[in-house]
Amino acid sequence: MTGFKNFEFVAGLVLIVLIGGAVALSGLLFPDGGRAMDLTARLTAPFTGWNHPLGTDPLGRDILARVVVGGRVSFFVGIVSALGAVVIGTVVGLLAGYYRGPWDMFLMRFADIQLALPFILLAMTVIAIIGPGLDRIIVLMIVAQWVQYARLIRGSVLSLRQAEFVQAAQSYGLPDRKILFGHILPNAMGPLVILATLNVANNILLESSLTFLGLGIDPLVPSWGGMLADGRNYIQTAPWVTIFPGLAIMLTVLGLNLLGDWLRDRLDPLGATK
Amino acid sequence: MPILSFILKRVIQAGFVLVAVTLFVSFAIRLTGDPAVMMLRESANVTPEDLARIREGLGLNRPFLVQYGDFIGGLLTGELGNSFFRGAIAPLISGALGATLLLALTSLAVSLLISVPLGIYAATHRGSFGDQLVRVLSLAGLSFPNFWLGIMLVLIFSVTLRWLPPSGFTGPQSLIMPAVTIGVILTSTNLRIVRTTMLDVLSSQFIMVARAKGLSQTAVIYKHALRNSSIALVTYLGLQFGSLMGGLVVVELVFNWPGMGTLAIEAIAQRDYPILQTVISILAVLIVAVNLLVDLTYMLLDPRIRLE
Repeated sequence: MTGFKNFEFVAGLVLIVLIGGAVALSGLLFPDGGRAMDLTARLTAPFTGWNHPLGTDPLGRDILARVVVGGRVSFFVGIVSALGAVVIGTVVGLLAGYYRGPWDMFLMRFADIQLALPFILLAMTVIAIIGPGLDRIIVLMIVAQWVQYARLIRGSVLSLRQAEFVQAAQSYGLPDRKILFGHILPNAMGPLVILATLNVANNILLESSLTFLGLGIDPLVPSWGGMLADGRNYIQTAPWVTIFPGLAIMLTVLGLNLLGDWLRDRLDPLGATK
Repeated sequence: MPILSFILKRVIQAGFVLVAVTLFVSFAIRLTGDPAVMMLRESANVTPEDLARIREGLGLNRPFLVQYGDFIGGLLTGELGNSFFRGAIAPLISGALGATLLLALTSLAVSLLISVPLGIYAATHRGSFGDQLVRVLSLAGLSFPNFWLGIMLVLIFSVTLRWLPPSGFTGPQSLIMPAVTIGVILTSTNLRIVRTTMLDVLSSQFIMVARAKGLSQTAVIYKHALRNSSIALVTYLGLQFGSLMGGLVVVELVFNWPGMGTLAIEAIAQRDYPILQTVISILAVLIVAVNLLVDLTYMLLDPRIRLE
């Protein structure tokens, strides 16, 4: 089993470092931002030359450049939305678990509602009204996902509240704020980190789905979901337009899932995040 | 907690959730602007009288809560009213809902057919190469964007091999690719559940007793262990129902499947909000109902959790 765990870690890390590194350096690697059109080389097949190693799309734009540049949107949305949800969820979860009462009621009822309204449906309703956009998707994801973190933290707080070291801190007369953030939170971090890693992966998938549906990122900005939507009409004649961005999503999400799985075994042996 | 009060509590909770979701959807959709203006946005020479007549006809000049009450009454009685552009909503919904449920159930069957045997194999051969392969495959399955998997299937089976129709609903063969697409995604999570719960159950005392009685391996696994681990699987499937519906929306669009997701996306494109409002509310009702049903079944199947 340990051999397998190490494999998970190494494979996940390699995928994320390679893809994340290329995306981070995309400004240097592809200064044109994947927008340059080579109209003489439209729909070039992949692996036929060094100019366009992964081929070109119907407008003659380089697929490799667009895949690397398009990763920016995915990583940005995935990371920022997960961070936002972590921060809000942590604060509400700490308050609900520590003080119980109305905070707790509010949190649990909100969680019930959230369970009944899958993200895609919520996003469809809201985006139909306010229109698509990068910032809106991130806000929606935060609104939809903070509850998971709040529930997780609340659970940890409920059990940690009774722990001797917390009671010791209380009898010491420490203010609640210090007990919550200095003593309880550090002990509840493990599951939080795991959930956040898996959520970055999940949010990358969600963003690409929404953009594919035309409810996400501006179609003029290169993004993996947008490339898949563009390529759909050329699936018969130029499947590579669709294959490579999909592979990029898959490998990124797989890398994050591998790391999350490995982290789960390291940080959460009791399975709070299962 | 006695059974009746537990049931009552869960039913009240479910009712509360439904009211909250439908109120949210109805209210949010009112924020989009004046439906009368939207309906006439492509006609020339619109007079204020035209707008007033349409508002009157749609009942939009009544207070919000009255309209909301009407909408809920309509959901309960099946009188779903009219869309902006496509006539009565009820026949649209009944066709789409049937198509979506057909797809959902077929996908579920596909996923169970794959995940149960593979999960049992992984659990009974723990740590073997096959077990680890199953784990990697299930992780890989979770990493596909489901619509991309659908497009790849179209590429292979429709474009290249020409075995299956690429889209629409022309017969049973139309069901294969969408059901496999969603089934594969479901399989990834189900596999993990089957494997872990089987491992738990196989190490419990009643399995040891069954083995001590001299029952064959097959009888132990299929008669005793599988039955007990299926409780966890059913609960999990219930919890997953919401995201299954969410995933269906996108996959339906890829295959042009005439279900609720396609209906919703078309409604968004045309800004036909009465349809969108009804579709989302009905899906929410379904999800809440399934979760409620799973909770109650779970309680009946496993007496230990009644005193939660």
